[in-house]
Amino acid sequence: MNEPNLILLLVFLPFAGALVASTMPAGARTGTAWLSGLVMTAGLLILAALHGPVAEGRVLLETLSWVPSLGLDLDFRLDGFAWLFVTLVLGIGLLVVLYARYYLAKSDPAPRFHACILAFTGAMIGMLTSGNVIMLVVFWELTSLISFLLIGYWHRSPAARDGARMALVVTAAGGLCLLGAMLLLGQIAGTYDLDRILASGDVIRAHPLYGTTLALFLVGAFTKSAQVPFHFWLPNAMAAPTPVSAFLHSATMVKAGVFLLVRFSPALGGTEAWFFAVTGVGMATLLFGAVIALFRHDLKGLLAYSTISHLGLITALAGIGSNGAIVAAIFHIANHAVFKASLFMAAGIIDHESGTRDMRRLSGLMRLMPATGSLAIVAAAAMAGVPLLNGFLSKEMFFAEAVEWHNGTWLDNSLPYIATLASVFSVAYSLRFIATVFFGPPPTDLPKTPQEPVRWLRRPVELLVLICLVVGIMPGLTLGPTLNMAARSVMGADMPYYSVSVWHGLNTPLLMSLIAMVLGAVLYLTFASRIAQGPEGPPLVYKLQAQRFYERVMLAATWTGPRRLVRLFGPDRLQPQLRLIVLLAIGAMAYMMWGSTGLAPWRGFTDPNIGFLLMWTVGAACAVGAAWQAKYHRFASLVLLGGAGLVTCLTFAWLSAPDLAVTQLLVEVVTTVLLLLGLRWLPKRLVEIQGDRLRAARIRRSVDLVIAVVFGATVSAIAFTVMTRPQLSTVGDWFLRNAYSEGGGTNVVNVILVDFRAFDTFGEITVLVIVALTVFALLRRFRPAVESTGRPEQQALPTARDLQEDMLIPSVIMQWMFPVTIVLSAYLFMRGHDLPGGGFSAGVTLAIAFLLQYLATHVRWVESRLTVLPTRWMGFGLLIAGGTGMASWVFGYPFLTGHAQYVDLPLIGEVPAATAMIFDLGVFGAVTGATILMLIAIAHQSLRSTRVRAPDEVSRPDREEAA
Amino acid sequence: MEIVLSAAIGILAASGAWLLMRPRTFQVIVGLCLLSYAVNLFIFSMGRLTVGAPAIMPKGGFVNPDAFADPIPQALVLTAIVISFATTALFLVVMIVARGFSGTDHVDGQERNP
Repeated sequence: MNEPNLILLLVFLPFAGALVASTMPAGARTGTAWLSGLVMTAGLLILAALHGPVAEGRVLLETLSWVPSLGLDLDFRLDGFAWLFVTLVLGIGLLVVLYARYYLAKSDPAPRFHACILAFTGAMIGMLTSGNVIMLVVFWELTSLISFLLIGYWHRSPAARDGARMALVVTAAGGLCLLGAMLLLGQIAGTYDLDRILASGDVIRAHPLYGTTLALFLVGAFTKSAQVPFHFWLPNAMAAPTPVSAFLHSATMVKAGVFLLVRFSPALGGTEAWFFAVTGVGMATLLFGAVIALFRHDLKGLLAYSTISHLGLITALAGIGSNGAIVAAIFHIANHAVFKASLFMAAGIIDHESGTRDMRRLSGLMRLMPATGSLAIVAAAAMAGVPLLNGFLSKEMFFAEAVEWHNGTWLDNSLPYIATLASVFSVAYSLRFIATVFFGPPPTDLPKTPQEPVRWLRRPVELLVLICLVVGIMPGLTLGPTLNMAARSVMGADMPYYSVSVWHGLNTPLLMSLIAMVLGAVLYLTFASRIAQGPEGPPLVYKLQAQRFYERVMLAATWTGPRRLVRLFGPDRLQPQLRLIVLLAIGAMAYMMWGSTGLAPWRGFTDPNIGFLLMWTVGAACAVGAAWQAKYHRFASLVLLGGAGLVTCLTFAWLSAPDLAVTQLLVEVVTTVLLLLGLRWLPKRLVEIQGDRLRAARIRRSVDLVIAVVFGATVSAIAFTVMTRPQLSTVGDWFLRNAYSEGGGTNVVNVILVDFRAFDTFGEITVLVIVALTVFALLRRFRPAVESTGRPEQQALPTARDLQEDMLIPSVIMQWMFPVTIVLSAYLFMRGHDLPGGGFSAGVTLAIAFLLQYLATHVRWVESRLTVLPTRWMGFGLLIAGGTGMASWVFGYPFLTGHAQYVDLPLIGEVPAATAMIFDLGVFGAVTGATILMLIAIAHQSLRSTRVRAPDEVSRPDREEAA
Repeated sequence: MEIVLSAAIGILAASGAWLLMRPRTFQVIVGLCLLSYAVNLFIFSMGRLTVGAPAIMPKGGFVNPDAFADPIPQALVLTAIVISFATTALFLVVMIVARGFSGTDHVDGQERNP
């Protein structure tokens, strides 16, 4: 297999393994562990195969094209740095998997654990090898997400849930900032390709947006690497199972942040801002973490703060950014991963065997578990930086950089002192770890009696401690070349070979180490008893917690804030909201009007026709009357509304829009009938509503009146402004020119609807059908108010009988009109393509034909003579319309392509025969069905009301289904 | 003509907006109807006013677009008329169902405490 394919395999094998693991049975502890182990081993073998070309200084590339137009590709690249890091992830991962096999209890679901671990490994490798910065952020966020699942593995424990959520919120928020930084970087460098961004460091540093980019980038890196003040999620994440902590919080996830810092230091680093921000925060974290760690009573808590402190050290080195500093940073990344993973595992063993992690209860374990104790002591010594162990070497290099590197700032001058001070605390907490847990009197009140764990639980720790020793004694032979390979891939190929050795002679760094060790021992021995009795934090400072701030923000964002918003803009009252909408509309329109009058020259207006003026005098009176009467005289208001509608319809006819006039007229009829049917179910308004004449109500009405008048005036002004400017050429001209030649019809409006823009019409009739079905469904379970049940008063009056006789003649006429209306509907339909008419108007006309029958007689009379199945009409209508559209696929054209020609029929003559006509037939069917369904559904309510809420209704709920 | 039509649009819109802000459901439904007249006329008027020249084309030959009414606003408004009918029907049903459930025709489903 060639190299690029191996890289893809490296990235995607863990994901595939995760999929397989997640499908394995819950009890498959050994099987899932083997699966994870094999996947990790396979990854390590691939890395071994790729070592040769990487060591030559080559960058292995593989691209999977994804969205090339956005510059978004799945680029993977493997250079020395990434190689080292991936090896670390997979190596520690393999040991963690082995450890977890014996650590997790039988009741813990092993497949979930291994699936998450594998997916996390995949995301981590993807992040490390990503050659596209956007994809890098995607994998970065993926690690945040999966770490949420891993930290919350024991999801029944509230601490695990809170810790997981906190980790997710903090790191994912940081990821969002990182995305912003990457987008900015992409804009500045003109590419999202990592190599090209890294190469354009000078452009980036000189860009005005450099500051913003740097800030966003650093927030992303600092949140992930738990730097002050974003450190608080890491100790809380200790609620995770120990294997997870060992993997995520020593070797992988928290290292992602420092990886990013080191990786991008050639592009973003080298400036004063970078140095102060990165080294400053790193040094603060180094000191802060070390101090707090000394005061933690929980074993894992101590290790967590120690991790924070060591991450600070690496961050500080990345901020310095010299060749030596980068080598030291990479070296410490590896060393810390090794000794901290072994310490976490040792802490897990102690917890597992003794039942507690509290250092105040643990004591003298050396006698009970000597092997584990020895291992932990060596690892802790490495953490403290004792010579001949790996931690000593990288710490020494850090000291050397702190002393030797200069840029003349105050921070630079204070680096050696802060480093030594932090180191003092680091020695003290390591000492505390060893002294309290393994020495002293035998333990008295432990939940379990400790003993040596099973062999395989200890093996990973043994191996890691062995690495600590080997690297510590023979650094030049073991890690030296790899380290140089990694640093060279970051700093450039011309970096001189950096020799790593144990002995540099008696120099300042060695002196600093010795001072730190002596002072650390003195510090611990002096205060040991007071620390054990004190609170979990240094005096005075432990009350100051960044976590409190986080919790307050979260509370405001998820609880108090939303509630306040609901109280302010809450949806429990409609009127203020509608008022707000109207006001916003006024604002938007006024904004539109601002300065727009100068956009086009004044064209002037035509003199008003006196008939038109009179017509609209009536129309305006109707509109105002409808508004005035709508509260207490609904029927009058409805009639006036119809008047305004008729005038609108006449306006359409007057101003060359016959199609609109026809449709408006027909829809007006149906709407009025519909509203009339609805009136029956509204409360009677015979007496005035309480409080209607109070001052508050009057003020409200007056304010609304003012708003409404302003609204109307604004609409009016816009309409007038537009109408008095000349018409520019629009797409309408194209339609006018091509309606006949392309669409085969002379009525352009109809051709637009059924041919040029048929897809819109298709959507529209679908909406109509959905509305009709919704109306039907809503009314199936309709329960009228008690007072509306029973026969209406008008029908109960003694004169009701006379009323029926009075209606006899109109009703006969209406019955006779039935065939006539059907013919009219057919006529409107047939002429639609060439003259005003079409499927819409024909459909509504047919619906009115049926409606008239309901009005003329009554529901039972009609339904015993005539069966209308509106759902079928709608269904077939939609089928025909959709089928016509799809038929054009058969001829190799896109959906709803029309074809038109004229056909000579005997007797009738030349008839337009366009596929658009068939489509129009579908429109016709759907409109007819939908209209009839709505009308009948409402009309039917009067039949049901007589027995609604009858006593037996509750016991026989099946009746309403039958209705 | 333009003055009359724009004034008419304004009056329809003002009546509609006023009713929209009223507390009773029937007022709101009438308001929506009036508002839809206003909006339809407004969209229609964007094609400028043409008298006696509907967009019915001769069969073939040269077509001078300036001699006919603009068909685009008409097609848009035709759609709008049908859709506003559908929404009116839906609102009507919601209105009477809500009245059945809550026993009041106030838009909030409960009477305001005076």
